[in-house]
Amino acid sequence: MSPKRIVLRFGTETTVKPIVYRLVKDYDLVVNILKADVNPQKEGMMVLEVTGEQSEGGLDYLRNLGVAVQDLNQGIVRNDEKCVMCGACTGICPTGALYMERPSMEVRFDGDQCIVCLLCTKVCPMGAMEVHL
Amino acid sequence: MSVEKTYAEINAKIKAGRAVVVTAEELITLVEEKGLSKAAQEVDVVTTGTFAPMCSSGVFLSLGHTKPRMKMQKVWLNGVAAYTGIAAVDVYLGAAELPDDDPLNSKYPGEFRYGGGHVIQDLVARKPIKLKALAYGTDCYPRRNLETTITLDEINEAIMYNPRNAYQNYNCAVNLTDHTVYTYMGMLKPHLGNANYSTSGQLSPLLKDPYFKTIGVGTKIFLGGGVGYVAWNGTQHFPSIMDVPGQEHSSAGGTLAVTGDLKQMSPRWLVGTSFLGYGATLSVGIGVPIPILNEEIAKYAALKDDELFASVVDYGEAYPSFTPGNLGYVSYADLKSGKIRVNGKEIITAPLSSMPRAREIAATLKAWIQKGEFLLTEPVKNLPSPTDDIVIHSLKEA
Repeated sequence: MSPKRIVLRFGTETTVKPIVYRLVKDYDLVVNILKADVNPQKEGMMVLEVTGEQSEGGLDYLRNLGVAVQDLNQGIVRNDEKCVMCGACTGICPTGALYMERPSMEVRFDGDQCIVCLLCTKVCPMGAMEVHL
Repeated sequence: MSVEKTYAEINAKIKAGRAVVVTAEELITLVEEKGLSKAAQEVDVVTTGTFAPMCSSGVFLSLGHTKPRMKMQKVWLNGVAAYTGIAAVDVYLGAAELPDDDPLNSKYPGEFRYGGGHVIQDLVARKPIKLKALAYGTDCYPRRNLETTITLDEINEAIMYNPRNAYQNYNCAVNLTDHTVYTYMGMLKPHLGNANYSTSGQLSPLLKDPYFKTIGVGTKIFLGGGVGYVAWNGTQHFPSIMDVPGQEHSSAGGTLAVTGDLKQMSPRWLVGTSFLGYGATLSVGIGVPIPILNEEIAKYAALKDDELFASVVDYGEAYPSFTPGNLGYVSYADLKSGKIRVNGKEIITAPLSSMPRAREIAATLKAWIQKGEFLLTEPVKNLPSPTDDIVIHSLKEA
């Protein structure tokens, strides 16, 4: 069973609910938190890797709570019109999702490896890495 | 028998469609296959290319007169100030200029997503640009205020003049401190967390002519997607041969001032650029043709990434404090491999200069020459070379 990488966005009420506990306990999912920005009484986001047969059920549970669930590799998009393939992003991407192909020195983006840390969106000199959440 | 060719002979071959033109990378392969002498005999022109951020760039704009006339004293283009200390409706827009209301580094690190370089790209992309001007009013130029929109085709002149482009070589930047620094060489993580470099190495124009044997005042070049010329040496033109053991021709320090008509350039080759925590600038595409007049020139043009080196410099402490020295030298072959070793530690490297774009420039210039559209120009004046021993000054404080 291959892991599913998802981005969750939730409003102020949901931040107080123990959603990770529910995903593990009720849906028997293996949950790996890749990134989380959760503050009580504020809007939050979380990037999860979930594995398990009941993953769709778990995601439905989240949606019913009003959590926006999105596939991770739809989150960060490279604007190919803007990218000049300089490679500045490849030195700071923590997972190697942005990497250089050699010897062509062309920059590749593997969305499956992206953990939405957003570093590239700040560092890209051309503003080519865009957030579509 | 050593080969000797003249500019006139090479141009005659270009006009006849018989010139042999190769990119600097193709020349390297050719020399490996056939040897230097044979390659120098066969090849007439070698094309180079670089596409990287070049802050000392900008455009002179002559906006056209208003009715009544106006001697513009302050001018903003899309909110970015242009220099007006020249004639009435002439301005100079610099690539690194920022909007008056930019938060700069007050919210550190600042993003600098729009500046002079971006205005230049918008202008050359034929987008409408908001022009705002103020003046104090004179008898001959009474108008004091103007707000309108301009486009590149509606203004009289747009002349790119870049005082320092095509840096021959550049430092490989690292950070020895314990905190992240945001520099014009990009984001540098603490404790040698990464290394950034910024030339196209074996394709880079001035690395292929270390003694300025062919590139001089008047050399016709690829500039911003159009045709331009070398106007003079660039500012801070301090050509030298680096002190790398066993390497005789790994050069550094040379720069070019270049100029050309912005109206025939393209937004693909003039790209507004932002460095987190540093500022805005312009990435410029430049390609320089090197005529193979003799075997010596061919030898330099065929220098490979493993014969060309960069100094490794600490941008955490040494560079900002202007402390001389470096952490050693690394070859462009190593830099492009993705890993180098500094102070015994393996570090990942990343370029700020686009190799795919540099290759595209060298290939484009090659095609122009092959089609007979682009003839070579002999310099009307040579540029200072490493043998001229230029003295470098720094500012004195009383």
